[in-house]
Amino acid sequence: MSTPSAAVSREVYRIDWLPGTDVLHGTCHCGAENTAEDPVRMWEWMLAHPEGHQPGGTTS
Amino acid sequence: MPHTTAFARNQWYVAAYSHEVGRELLGRTILGEPLVFYRAEDDGTAVALADRCVHRRFPLSESRLDGGRIVCGYHGFTYDTTGACVYVPGQKRVPRTARVASYPVVERDSLVWVWIGDPALADAGTIPRAAHLDSPDWVTVRGMEPIDADYGLLVDNLLDLSHETYLHGGYIGTPEVAETPITTEVDEGAGIVRVSRHMDDAECPPFYARSTGIEGRITRWQDIEYHAPCLYLLHSRIAPVGVLPEPDGSDPNGFHTEITYAITPSTGGKVFDFWAVSRDFAKDDEEVTTFLHDFNHTVVMQDVDALNLLQRTLGTERAGYQELSINIDTGGLAARRILARLVEEGDKPVEQVR
Repeated sequence: MSTPSAAVSREVYRIDWLPGTDVLHGTCHCGAENTAEDPVRMWEWMLAHPEGHQPGGTTS
Repeated sequence: MPHTTAFARNQWYVAAYSHEVGRELLGRTILGEPLVFYRAEDDGTAVALADRCVHRRFPLSESRLDGGRIVCGYHGFTYDTTGACVYVPGQKRVPRTARVASYPVVERDSLVWVWIGDPALADAGTIPRAAHLDSPDWVTVRGMEPIDADYGLLVDNLLDLSHETYLHGGYIGTPEVAETPITTEVDEGAGIVRVSRHMDDAECPPFYARSTGIEGRITRWQDIEYHAPCLYLLHSRIAPVGVLPEPDGSDPNGFHTEITYAITPSTGGKVFDFWAVSRDFAKDDEEVTTFLHDFNHTVVMQDVDALNLLQRTLGTERAGYQELSINIDTGGLAARRILARLVEEGDKPVEQVR
């Protein structure tokens, strides 16, 4: 599980598949968040860091 | 064209279980490199050398040991544990170039790890641990199956356990596995992919019903930890529905199983599937031990058959065929990307790696 200390000291990417939906919720190691319904697109967004990533904000 | 994933060099790979390496020569091809394994006579240390005599390329694994030395079964070229040739037939002078490569080997947790790449970069401290395999607190059954499939297909298979519902239905799969959402986490620096699936109220598959004795529905947790490229750990927790670990973190009412795989590429399109099941319950029950071994072997063979078929099928596809990925593939896609990075790093010249 991701913890604040882990996120600070290591590059940890996290994607939660939201229960009861088809939606993936991604959190970059920088804190930026995103939602998508396609894991390929989610990883593309995640790995484009820092492009399009706003720490603490949600990108759609 | 056969479907293949490039090999990631400058990495540790499981070459064998400790019990497989002894005073008999063991030949095994890892990442396309034919190797021969044995134990040194004096201290029992595991040795790995290139499995081809420098003379006419005869396999040393098909030769014989004379004390701590391998004597080639064709013309008698003799090698010590460092790979140096110490005897050639009929002449006193041994050519200076008469040497076979020696590979770094580390034995840990009942696994024999070999470093494939530049020996100068081998750091035993980077080998991921599987301490349960060699711990008195766990009872382990294990085996190894060669699969005629690309190692990437086995990684795909293990990172997406939703296939249990369909390929292993009636064994380890139940409807809830495929239906339950997963959480995926990638630790980029450590090269670890974690995939978790926690089922609160699930049918108990025969694998666990018969080994734990639980009747009725269960809480089932699957927490995968894939240490790319070779070691895969599945931390499995089973308990009657609603039974959770204690607030202090102890878990006296849970049944824990560590499912371990080592995914070791052999030649292109072939992989060694090392599998082990370790449990912390019914440790003295031989019947459970036999059951888990036989049942898991059956499950592994279901995967072997499926991956052999998939490899043959992909070999007939035209280049550039399309795949479709959905949510269940989130972890598998992460693993593929980590592997691609390790492949790239392993191909770099040494000065760029360090």
